[in-house]
Amino acid sequence: MTEIRWHGRGGQGAFTASKLFGEAVALYGGLHALAFPSFGPERRGAPVLAFTKISAEKIEDRSDIRKCDYIVILDESLFDGNFINDLKPEGKIIINTSLPDKYKNHYDKRIIAVDATGISSSVLGKPIANTAMTAVLASVSGIAEPLILYKALKHYFKDELLRKNMEIITRTFDISQNIIRQ
Amino acid sequence: MKAIRKFISGDDAVAEAVRLASPDFIAAYPITPQTVVVERLSEMVEDGSLVSEFMHVESEHSALSACMGASAMGVRTFTATSSQGLLYMAECLPYASGGRFPIVMMNGNRSVALPWSIYGDHRDSLSQLDSGWIQIYVEDAQESLDMTIQAFAIAENAEVLTPVMINLDGFLLTHTYELVEIPEKDIVGSWLAPVDNPYAMNFDNPRNMGFSSQPSDNTEFKYQQHKAVEDSRKIILETEKSFEQIFGRSYGGLAAGFMCDDAEFIIITLGSVTGTCRTVVRELRKEGIKAGLIKIRFMRPFPTDEIIGLTTNAKAIAVLDRDISFGYEGTVFTNVNSALARTHNDILKMNYIAGLGGRDIPKESIREIFKELEEGLTTRPDKAVKFLNLNVETDEKYSDSEDNSTQHHREGVLLWS
Repeated sequence: MTEIRWHGRGGQGAFTASKLFGEAVALYGGLHALAFPSFGPERRGAPVLAFTKISAEKIEDRSDIRKCDYIVILDESLFDGNFINDLKPEGKIIINTSLPDKYKNHYDKRIIAVDATGISSSVLGKPIANTAMTAVLASVSGIAEPLILYKALKHYFKDELLRKNMEIITRTFDISQNIIRQ
Repeated sequence: MKAIRKFISGDDAVAEAVRLASPDFIAAYPITPQTVVVERLSEMVEDGSLVSEFMHVESEHSALSACMGASAMGVRTFTATSSQGLLYMAECLPYASGGRFPIVMMNGNRSVALPWSIYGDHRDSLSQLDSGWIQIYVEDAQESLDMTIQAFAIAENAEVLTPVMINLDGFLLTHTYELVEIPEKDIVGSWLAPVDNPYAMNFDNPRNMGFSSQPSDNTEFKYQQHKAVEDSRKIILETEKSFEQIFGRSYGGLAAGFMCDDAEFIIITLGSVTGTCRTVVRELRKEGIKAGLIKIRFMRPFPTDEIIGLTTNAKAIAVLDRDISFGYEGTVFTNVNSALARTHNDILKMNYIAGLGGRDIPKESIREIFKELEEGLTTRPDKAVKFLNLNVETDEKYSDSEDNSTQHHREGVLLWS
């Protein structure tokens, strides 16, 4: 089972990202998924957690995620060096940062840093990085192709916004592939 | 069978099921973690995908009262609540069952105050076990949808005419998104017979709603209620069978056994923790341990015969209760024990109080329970009720060695003095 933990701030769309990714792999990727927010009251700007569990088999275990395959951080200010301890042996941290080089040689290359906000801003004109981060996760994990993310996006956006978010996913996926190859 | 697949939450799944069952009347008051059900239904009524009279009420007490009024007219009715809301409408629950109004209600299982908590456990619904309602518990969003549809068929059956409460664990089911197959409305419409309540009130058949009784006839009213819930066993099984023929899914009647045939150690569950336990049972089987699982799906009527049958070869059972009846034990345990007392007095029976107020129940703890069952066969612990992963030291003795319990005793004194 692949277990993913998402960090964001209320309003940044971390839960939507966890759901979009789960929806894509479950509806169009032939896999099973559960997506759930950190349960409890919601406040704009407050740190929030969201989770996605993905498996080839039906997921019956509804207990908390302890060790993660991927920790996806939408807001750099939430990054904590101790997150490394929450990863499985092959697990990776995916972080949205305007300065990717900062993380280059840290933690045995277990951090993938992408300027998702930069990409989103240039396409959308707004610093909303959640759809971009699903593309980074898709690229790093190899679980999802951009095509199934496009299909899932259609449940969330229409017309111009849909087109722009698809472009964000295409560009972010390509950039992530290049980063991984390095 | 044509169906569409959607990635939705348990709350969404219930709302979809209600849309498919198309009740004529809905009255509900929003409360976490049920709120989404009420929101979706009001949206559906607004956009016309559900044609229903949606009555806005100022409380849960009024919601169920309004449903009784509508149900008395012989129309299909639905409401939904949770926790404090369920307790606030508690006065109306025996009214609805005593009046034999076939109302369907979704309850998002949530702890009850104090301490105030929005998180899940079964203390709300189990406190209403004696209210005369049929109680269903489910473990995922698909089962939520399927059982909400079936709940109408069970409640409205002329032999039953008893309200049904369908329980979804707060957050773990209500707010978790997963793949759900949603059948077509026409197919559900042709499977689910229209309400045909022979006691419906109308101008041609005026009736008395809030009737009273005398000591000479009250027992007979209560006996008929009891008999209707007892008789619902047959209707529940028939409903599941006919649902399976059309929709291809079934869940195992009143209580579903998993690997129980030769099981020596069996865990008994209610609700969403069932899946976690099933995963552990599979792992233990691979390790050669004869583990099994019983998922209780109906608390009323209680699956007495099913539980007796499934524990034939058991040496020890553990009941996982997300509930505690203070000063005694978990309510599910009391019910299971009463069933097993008929035939299986030699089985070791343990009660684990777990998952209160939304606390996680990890796989490791389930494994630990099975280990304790095995050890318990030799140690025969004198105390059956144990709080799982308790974060305070206690002076209670379970299967600890003598030295350990002395240590705990000392710390317990320190803590409480």
